[in-house]
Amino acid sequence: MIKTSCAKALLAIAASITVFSSPTVQAETVAAVKTAQLAPDALIRNLSISVMDAVRADKSIQAGDTHKIEVLVDTQILPYVDFERMTSSAVGRYWRDATPTQKKSLQTEFKALLLYTYAGAVGQIKNQTVDVKPLRASADDTSVVVKTLVRGQGEPIQLDYRMQKSANGWKIYDVNVLGAWLVQTYQSSFARDIGSVGIDGLIQKLSERNKQLASKQTGA
Amino acid sequence: MSWIKSSDSTRFFCAALLSGSALLQGCASTPHANASDPYESFNRKMFVFNEEMDKRLLRPGAIAYKAILPDFVEKSISNVTNNVKDVWSFVNLVLQGEGAAAVEGFMRVVVNTTFGLGGLLDVASDMQLDRRSEDLGQTLAVWGAPKGPYLVLPLLGPSTVRDAIGLPADMYVMPSTFPADVGARNALSVVQLLSLRSGLLGATDLLSDVSLDKYSFVRDAYLQRRRNLIYNGDPPDQYDEGDYSEPQSKRKQLQPTALWSADVEVINNLPLSPFVSTAELGVDAQEQLALVSDDWTRPVALPELSVQVVAQDMSSE
Repeated sequence: MIKTSCAKALLAIAASITVFSSPTVQAETVAAVKTAQLAPDALIRNLSISVMDAVRADKSIQAGDTHKIEVLVDTQILPYVDFERMTSSAVGRYWRDATPTQKKSLQTEFKALLLYTYAGAVGQIKNQTVDVKPLRASADDTSVVVKTLVRGQGEPIQLDYRMQKSANGWKIYDVNVLGAWLVQTYQSSFARDIGSVGIDGLIQKLSERNKQLASKQTGA
Repeated sequence: MSWIKSSDSTRFFCAALLSGSALLQGCASTPHANASDPYESFNRKMFVFNEEMDKRLLRPGAIAYKAILPDFVEKSISNVTNNVKDVWSFVNLVLQGEGAAAVEGFMRVVVNTTFGLGGLLDVASDMQLDRRSEDLGQTLAVWGAPKGPYLVLPLLGPSTVRDAIGLPADMYVMPSTFPADVGARNALSVVQLLSLRSGLLGATDLLSDVSLDKYSFVRDAYLQRRRNLIYNGDPPDQYDEGDYSEPQSKRKQLQPTALWSADVEVINNLPLSPFVSTAELGVDAQEQLALVSDDWTRPVALPELSVQVVAQDMSSE
């Protein structure tokens, strides 16, 4: 049930993350500029292809070199994900009550947690292909859902992206794996934590967790 | 272990439910009550129990299973199990009235059983005849049964009342119920369980790492996942489009808020009629409740039963 779903979900998150690796810096910049101007589904398609290729090409990523994965995710994923929107959606109604310092801390901690999730999921990718489904949106929509299907390991994994058009092109602000929206799933646990220990308490919890995960990675 | 027979899953399930129901009587909603989870305190205790069992028994067993068996053997075992499950999915697709998908499901089973050497190989997926998991819980949903509250079952994990009703049938249609010999059945059950658990090792470890509150993370992901399965990958949008970085007045309130958002928590904490709880409302009514905007003094058109409930709540304010 949920365990199967979560498993595949995280596999798919990995799939989505591996989208963001490319070989050289110059190629990156050019590619980044080009892809940012594309339509959302074309953007996802390009990124998926380049990520899958990069994972297939790099043995150390397949072996699970967390540092390398994190570097890739950090340099490649940032231009295409709107972390502020992700954080504000996960925190929900309490976002308005947060001070700018708190907002910044929340964003930093949540981003670190998400990067860890992505890196962990990337390490589980083997040999999948990604089918990007035709986009169901009108030309002037600024908020779309791009649906993809990750094939390769048994049952295909549904992987959707919520994207919004910003000044710098289309940005991802939520990921859906097997029907569960990542940010939405964090929403109720964040709301509960803020309700009991406040926003500072939540920041504290997140930073403790991130420290724990960081030491786990260096220790491993 | 001779008391474990082919109907043991049913008996075990009934026993678990009976013992669980005794606990349910004493469950009041907690301060941060969640509309989908009125039995949260019971569920949390059961979740902790399941996690302990998993840590002590199941996870070590699955790690050993993965270490001992070669990859292709593990794959074959899971393929055979999935092939049997596909038969049950086919039955459910028929019950749901999904003609085209049922035909594909049937083709899948035929192809895998014949060309796939009795299910050992999954040839059908390579032919783009994808797996489609359907179970009795989803069929009941399609027939209109309300979801019922979220329920963590002992050892079996997350469920809802509706899914739990369908569970005995789902568990019956598994390779482990086929042999006549009790010993063989038990052995197959164990292998099946380890096979399932070992496939999820990487993901569950990651899940433990990244979820702040594992219980609510698993619950919300499970409920979203079930909803997605019932609507076959295309559920009606429940996502709150509100951009929380903007002031309240500018926020677009076009989409209904999530079922488990603070809005519904507020509604759930209101003194309800002693005869009706939100848990007894049908799934349609729950979704309609979610349509109530921030200004919930405005009456909302709801099915008959829930109109009375909500109207009472508002007038008592």
